[in-house]
Amino acid sequence: MDKLIRVLVAKPGLDGHDRGAKVIARALRDAGMEVIYTGLRQTPEQIVNAAIQEDVDCVALSILSGAHNTLLPKVVELLEAENAGDILVIGGGVIPTDDIPFLKEKGVKEIFTPGTPTQTTIDYIRANITQ
Amino acid sequence: MDIEKRLLEGDKRAAARLISLLENKNQDALNVLKKLYHKSGNAYVIGITGPPGAGKSTLTDKLTKALRKDGKTVGIIAVDPTSPFTGGAILGDRVRMNELSTDPGVFIRSMGARGHLGGISEATASAIKVLDIYGLDYIFVETVGVGQSEVDIVKNCDTTLMVMVPGLGDDIQAIKAGVMEIGDVFAVNKSDRDGAKRTAREIEMMLDYNKEALWRPPVKMVVASENQGVDALIESLHAHREFMQSNDLFVKRRAQNAKNEVVELIKERIERTILDQSKREEKLEHAAERIAKREIDPFTVVDDVVGKMNL
Repeated sequence: MDKLIRVLVAKPGLDGHDRGAKVIARALRDAGMEVIYTGLRQTPEQIVNAAIQEDVDCVALSILSGAHNTLLPKVVELLEAENAGDILVIGGGVIPTDDIPFLKEKGVKEIFTPGTPTQTTIDYIRANITQ
Repeated sequence: MDIEKRLLEGDKRAAARLISLLENKNQDALNVLKKLYHKSGNAYVIGITGPPGAGKSTLTDKLTKALRKDGKTVGIIAVDPTSPFTGGAILGDRVRMNELSTDPGVFIRSMGARGHLGGISEATASAIKVLDIYGLDYIFVETVGVGQSEVDIVKNCDTTLMVMVPGLGDDIQAIKAGVMEIGDVFAVNKSDRDGAKRTAREIEMMLDYNKEALWRPPVKMVVASENQGVDALIESLHAHREFMQSNDLFVKRRAQNAKNEVVELIKERIERTILDQSKREEKLEHAAERIAKREIDPFTVVDDVVGKMNL
């Protein structure tokens, strides 16, 4: 039987706006993936614990608060500490272009900024998860 | 397989991975479960079911916190529906359980129903066993929101908690066959709302008809979001457990569940074998087209396919 791709969609930090995360969750669902949606105001620790218990292939982080340079690398770091560095971490939201190289250097594999077609994200996940 | 050793050592990632592999019907994973099956059976399994939006996840969160206060470890398997069109799913039960995410004594796993109609998924029984072997004291299995006839949960747990809310229907709904029959304990959630007492009364009246039943399911009023009535509900769950264990009903129920599990597994195996074969011969679609045109009937097709199986 084909393996279903499992993705954790999470919102780290304090912004209270999850429209974008829900749009992505819905798009991934329609692409035949199982999306674990954990809701607003998650700490990196909560996200990493959920990712491990749910055995996801990808963690998709949506962030609009401006704290991305702190919170996104923290998720990557904690995953590595849990021996789960093989899980693909991607980010989306209001993230200035200038910050993207730093985030990629810290192990966030790709950043999807506003206006990205959902199909781009779907294709990226399919092509880049660890099989 | 190294995953076996890691599971026994209490490695969360191993447990999580094993569940995924079992969901995907991986043969190596099945072999691990075969080998370790004798180590399962220690966890107490509580099914939590009820209509969509009744507050099953919120209540599961509160029940888990109460058990954690007593030092018990808890597994939660939360099932949500899978899209019949794409196979995708949004599994959102964790939203109500976020505070439990970082508790090392809690393991939460979301599952898509993946085409199974009984309120849980085909692999839920296996996932229960994995968390049992992993060593948790209690396992809550939260079903998809059920309507009237999704009763598979009762075949997979020791105690079934039926979560109801006020305002869903009259007393005729309560005496219909189906989900209302499977509760060992009833919770009327959102009981601060109008009609809660009436809902409780209707459930009690429905229970009054079962005069010869050995166990009278208690009906508890709760407001899960406010953590009201949760301790009393836990007491009722414990009372059912003690009742079952003080009789030989506990062992009988587990044997009945095992029987159901074997029958289900046989059905799945036969279904897969037959469908794989008919797919390989590309006969199924051809036959389906002919049935649609009324050139042949479905019963003859089944006779034909099953006849070739030499069952």
